[in-house]
Amino acid sequence: MDRTTIAREKLKAEVVNFNFFYGNFHALKNINITVAEKQVTALIGPSGCGKSTLLRAFNRMHELYPGTRHEGQILLEGQDIMAKDVDPIEVRMRIGMVFQKPNPFPKSIYENIAYGLRIRGINKKSTLDERVEQALRGAALWDEVKDRLDKPGFSLSGGQQQRLCIARTLATSPEIILFDEPTSALDPIATNSIEELIQELRNQVTILIVTHNMQQATRVSDYTAFMYLGEVVEFDKTNFIFGSPTQQRTKDYISGQFG
Amino acid sequence: MTDSTELLLSSTSAPSKGKRKAREFRENIIQTLLLFAAVSSVLVTFGIMEVLVGESFRFFINPELKEVGVENIWADFFNIKDPQWTVLFEEKHFGILTLLSSTLLTSAVALIVAVPVGTTVAIYLSEFAASSLREWLKPILELLAGVPSVVFGYFALNVISPYVRSFNENIPGFNRLSAGIAIGIAIIPIISSIAEDAMRAVPNQMREGSYALGSTRINTAINVILPAAFSGIVASYILGISRAVGETMIVAVAGGLQALYSWNPLEGAATISAYIVQVTLGDVPFGSLEYESIFAAGLTLALITLALNLIGFFLIKRFKETY
Repeated sequence: MDRTTIAREKLKAEVVNFNFFYGNFHALKNINITVAEKQVTALIGPSGCGKSTLLRAFNRMHELYPGTRHEGQILLEGQDIMAKDVDPIEVRMRIGMVFQKPNPFPKSIYENIAYGLRIRGINKKSTLDERVEQALRGAALWDEVKDRLDKPGFSLSGGQQQRLCIARTLATSPEIILFDEPTSALDPIATNSIEELIQELRNQVTILIVTHNMQQATRVSDYTAFMYLGEVVEFDKTNFIFGSPTQQRTKDYISGQFG
Repeated sequence: MTDSTELLLSSTSAPSKGKRKAREFRENIIQTLLLFAAVSSVLVTFGIMEVLVGESFRFFINPELKEVGVENIWADFFNIKDPQWTVLFEEKHFGILTLLSSTLLTSAVALIVAVPVGTTVAIYLSEFAASSLREWLKPILELLAGVPSVVFGYFALNVISPYVRSFNENIPGFNRLSAGIAIGIAIIPIISSIAEDAMRAVPNQMREGSYALGSTRINTAINVILPAAFSGIVASYILGISRAVGETMIVAVAGGLQALYSWNPLEGAATISAYIVQVTLGDVPFGSLEYESIFAAGLTLALITLALNLIGFFLIKRFKETY
């Protein structure tokens, strides 16, 4: 943790002494990590280590379900987005999310993307057309779907659906995009195209990605936090975590001794 | 070790041809009994259709029709210009639209009440209510579906109708508006319960996708969950309509019993089902023209319900989402 300096990059977000509870279960224990602007930060660790819980705290997804509680702060540009007086909808307007399984809405390809814009009060046809195209191009999907924008989102393949979900998020110009194991339901070719996309996006937007695929973390991320049993064991530049980890548990995990 | 387990062990450890035959024989008997149970309900349905169609056929070819002044029964039955249903009078006419207008009118009133209320209740229960609240609210609502419809009939007559008449004294006590509203209340639980099930079956990841974009609950419910659950919601409407069209006691008690052709909900008039009740209760002789006419009317009702179910079936297929 000591070697971590985000000197050259601007600090986008910061998790400060963050604890999270499901009922009596202490799921996240005193988490402290930083998220650099326009960089990819990966959360890795075995199942149940709390990486998804931490990710979902960033857009307060846990508030959709009862029985959770948290302590500590998550700062987005200095502002605590976990504070009670901060509207979770405001937070979600700024922080987008892409899920494990592609989850397009039961609407046309066009309307899937326009939805996020419409709830932001954008209804002008020409603006929508422009932003939908922009988002689809951004998600490397435009050429494949430009002739069938009125077809249902479900008609696309799994990989295309996931890119549609990325496009839907991009359309709303979020400051951070949260990726929750975005390729775990996809085949290798589709996985590859999503990874390429993430690398292209890193110049435009801050990315936080949960993955249990270590190769994926090395390929796409700049920073990596290794989590285990609700704690951040080690957080550093990705090449340090995978090249010269300082913690024994990190070494064991990345060498495949447990997981 | 008891005798039965000993028997069981011996039979599994040393299978013999005779025992296997006996077992297969037993299983065949059981299978046949199960098949019979399944087929019997189908047979009953066919039996009902046979009676309905057979008696209706007898009605349409009845030579008595000429004697009572009906030259062309088909033209008379499907008369839409000036339909009259005067089966119990000297000069008889059999314009089914007379009764059908009442059936359609009361059903329409019922749907105007039940569809918005039922859908709203479903949205609330599925997307807004805390699970603890839903757990006791939904059973209470479903209890409403178990209230005998005759109770709704008297509710229409003694509560709704006086309220309707408080706006205008000239409205008759028996009117189809009151009956329709009561039918609407009676089918709210059908619509809300089935529509709620359909909405709750929408996977959570769909909701999360919408919330993650910054959507509000109401926006998510209306723009994401409703379209995703559309086929189930349509199914709830179709079931509600079928029940409204066939509803008998409410209209018989509160809707009026005159066979009158009118599209004014403030008037009282008999629906198809109310007419059937009236004739069955009266002293109409078995096998007479009047008696047979209720089958022709009943067949019409059955065909409408069948058509509704077919429409529903295709709508459900058409809008079924695979998540």
